[in-house]
Amino acid sequence: MKLQKNTELALCSVLEFAGAPQRQISAGEIAAKYGASPHHLAKVLAQLARSGIVTSARGAGGGYRFAANAKRLTLLDIIQMFEKVTHPAVAQNTDRAACTPVESALGAVFAEIDANAKATLSSITQTTMLRLIDRRKEDGPPILALEHSDLPER
Amino acid sequence: MKNNASPASPAVKRPRARGMRVSTDSGSSLTVRPVQRADLDQVIDIDATVTGLEKRKYWASVFRRYGSGLHDEQQFLVAVSEGRVVGFIIGEVRDWEFGSPPCGWVFGIDVDPRARLGGVGTQLLQAIRDRFRRAGVRKLRTMLALDNTLILSFFRSQGMMAGPLIALEMDLDA
Repeated sequence: MKLQKNTELALCSVLEFAGAPQRQISAGEIAAKYGASPHHLAKVLAQLARSGIVTSARGAGGGYRFAANAKRLTLLDIIQMFEKVTHPAVAQNTDRAACTPVESALGAVFAEIDANAKATLSSITQTTMLRLIDRRKEDGPPILALEHSDLPER
Repeated sequence: MKNNASPASPAVKRPRARGMRVSTDSGSSLTVRPVQRADLDQVIDIDATVTGLEKRKYWASVFRRYGSGLHDEQQFLVAVSEGRVVGFIIGEVRDWEFGSPPCGWVFGIDVDPRARLGGVGTQLLQAIRDRFRRAGVRKLRTMLALDNTLILSFFRSQGMMAGPLIALEMDLDA
């Protein structure tokens, strides 16, 4: 599954904030940790703040703090703020009054994948993710790496 | 809550299995133990409250198959708080089905909506995990509907991840 860069940044940022809810974390700290462009990150954090997931504090001691309910906020909630979680072929099938049998069959396959993806993402809260992160810290390096949509194909 | 318990069958005497007494997150005492016939009405009530369907024949057959309390491989456990059944879990060790080495399957779990968010589900799952471990298996699996976000979230919160199996289906023409 490929996510846009902003979506990945949003997911990582929210988990950083949710993992230290008492702390105000600066955008610079997040940008440095994830090798992110401060410009991109600023847009992402602004969107998260508008959504009420984080609150921002200006000034010398400024930063962002987690403001949502970690037991309720799911990965899908965050992803859907930045992109659609529906394959274009599925959306095309539902939008067009009549599609070809090829388009219809492909749409059915991608609809399966979408349904599984949505079920997974909507069932994983920030609290569950934080437990997963703790287990990864105990077990060692992560098994899967996020794929960046702007990386060249191998 | 109604409790029209029927007397235990005199034909089969089951050993009185001991339950595990734990404290819930809310502080009240909770016991997780093998189901008894007298619990069935309350189990049916919980299931009917959640699903909208009263499945008496189904639960009677589940009790017959899994309610003996004699084998670690078959488990029908209830969580009891202040004399009331507040949740249940059912599972079985299955060997080599779907190409899978022996593992424990959970195929039913629910908690009375009035008793949720108190750690009952967690205690039920822990209890069946302990029993399956005693039976010698080292993997626990379950399957559920894609749109059952509540239970999906619960299992995820307990550390479960997607397994190597996929559910497929087809219509059977009349």
